[in-house]
Amino acid sequence: MTDIVRRSAALPKKNSRSGEILRHKAFYLMLIAPVVYFIIFKYGPLVNAQIAFKDFQALDGVWKSPWVGFRNFMTFFSSIYFWQLLRNTLTLSLGKLLIGLPLAVILALALNESSLRRFRKTVQTATYLPHFLSWVVMYGVLLLLLSPDEGLINEIIKALGGKPIAFLQDPKWYPWVAVLSDVWKETGWSAIIYLAAMTGIDPGLYEAAEVEGATRLQRIRFITLPGIADVIITIALLRLGTILDAGFHQIFMTYSVPVYSVGDIIDTWVYRQGVLDFQFSLATAVGLFKGVIGLLLVVFFNRLARRYSDSSLF
Amino acid sequence: MRKAGAKDEILYQIAVNLYLAVIFLIVLLPLWRVLMLSLTPFGHLDNSFGLLVGPKDWTFDAYAQFLSHPAFLRAMRNSAVITLGGTAINLIMTVPMSYALSVKSLPGRKWLNIFVMIPFLFNPGLIPSYLVVTSLGLQNTLWAVMIPGAIGISNMFIMRNFFMEIPQDLTEAARIDGASELKILFRIVLPLSKPILLTIGLFYAVGHWNEFFNPMLYLNDQKLQPLPVLLRNILMGVNMNDYVEYDAFSTSSVQSLKAASIFISMVPMMMAYPWIQKHFVKGSLAGGIKG
Repeated sequence: MTDIVRRSAALPKKNSRSGEILRHKAFYLMLIAPVVYFIIFKYGPLVNAQIAFKDFQALDGVWKSPWVGFRNFMTFFSSIYFWQLLRNTLTLSLGKLLIGLPLAVILALALNESSLRRFRKTVQTATYLPHFLSWVVMYGVLLLLLSPDEGLINEIIKALGGKPIAFLQDPKWYPWVAVLSDVWKETGWSAIIYLAAMTGIDPGLYEAAEVEGATRLQRIRFITLPGIADVIITIALLRLGTILDAGFHQIFMTYSVPVYSVGDIIDTWVYRQGVLDFQFSLATAVGLFKGVIGLLLVVFFNRLARRYSDSSLF
Repeated sequence: MRKAGAKDEILYQIAVNLYLAVIFLIVLLPLWRVLMLSLTPFGHLDNSFGLLVGPKDWTFDAYAQFLSHPAFLRAMRNSAVITLGGTAINLIMTVPMSYALSVKSLPGRKWLNIFVMIPFLFNPGLIPSYLVVTSLGLQNTLWAVMIPGAIGISNMFIMRNFFMEIPQDLTEAARIDGASELKILFRIVLPLSKPILLTIGLFYAVGHWNEFFNPMLYLNDQKLQPLPVLLRNILMGVNMNDYVEYDAFSTSSVQSLKAASIFISMVPMMMAYPWIQKHFVKGSLAGGIKG
């Protein structure tokens, strides 16, 4: 029955389908260049990804290189790098999330609570400035702070009679440098969304709490934090979806051979294997592995995030 | 009773604002130190603590040494070309695509959305894209850093969502009056979309100005390299003499030169910053991407 209804409703439409398309021809013309661009630069790489299953030879090209099945994947899974890369990637990524997210929420709370309007505005403006700096500039700033012979922090250590520390070259320190420099750069920017969520809380709740004699901290605990809990959970889940992105540009700029054991992540390894060592097939296999896991994670965590709010990536 | 409450309130405000002041200093002091270092003359570095309040006699020599060197100026010009040209390409490609996909009645829209979502969700990594760019012979041309990222998919979605919220009555009325779709786009839709065009344009422009990885990957020719690539070489101590007059007679120390080159690459961003923050904050909040 419903089938018949649907079909009869579809009939007149079907007749005018070509008319509909013709009526929209201007929009299709607008889409020509973007679609061609997508085919070359977004689908081209997907086609090239086949070399993950081949033994890529530059002379033979992508299509003519011989198939080798899953050999490149096996090489990677059984290499000593596999667990190290996975561990480094997850450690740095989770470290940034676990330290960065609470600090961003606290910053947003402090900004929200401050009654000095202009000071608040100035602090907020200053804190998200570093978000717009590139990791090259950031590396320069870090060098002038941390390097053993010209860094401010080492100047202080030396003045206090200590021995300078090579923060960027010491495997004990490097993960902290990576995590904290990212936190330094991004906390102000991340706070914006929490601050926006706080301004969306019904002011009537605060007034009622004041009448009831709630202290400032009680108001934060029972009104503000519950009010933005959905946003916090959503952001955390969306970040977990991209957990395999540990910050390629940052690590690429700041790491060096002595800290590979703690700083080398999947993306930097792919770069070195592919671009520097010409192991195109192996590097592509690892990139593909990351892409597949990344896809599953994004889809999974977006589903979860959608339960907490109506905002998700797709 | 009431007095005690007021006192608590004052203490609370002191604590909150003190915390903000500390954060403020943590963010700005490292940048301040870079600026001070860049102004310090050679041989005055011994007392580095003093640099937090500024060197005693400052000098712009380090800046002059860079700004008088042809290689450095060329890098700045390359950066300007990449930023302006790249952003223009971004907008020329992103605007029509988002506009067409914002039309709900467009036949095949569902399929086009899937066509866009697949590469958005699945990224096969660096090497397959690298092979696309090199097989097109784009390396060692500025196109290699301007074209491959011509459409940022999330930017395209943000813009499409904005277009979708423009009341249809406006465009429908123009259509009845016989206006062409292109005319509707330029006369009605785009003037209404200035905030989003600015936001997305700035997103793209900041990305281009800061970009160092793709230029490093695709531009081996030193004549084509933009500022961040030069800055990277300077910081890593590679071929410093190629970009700056640095020899035994140099009036600036290596540290001052590094600091100056860092600061020079930040200046355009700082100048655009008041503008950026006005639009970016709104844009970043409008960024909820829904299909």
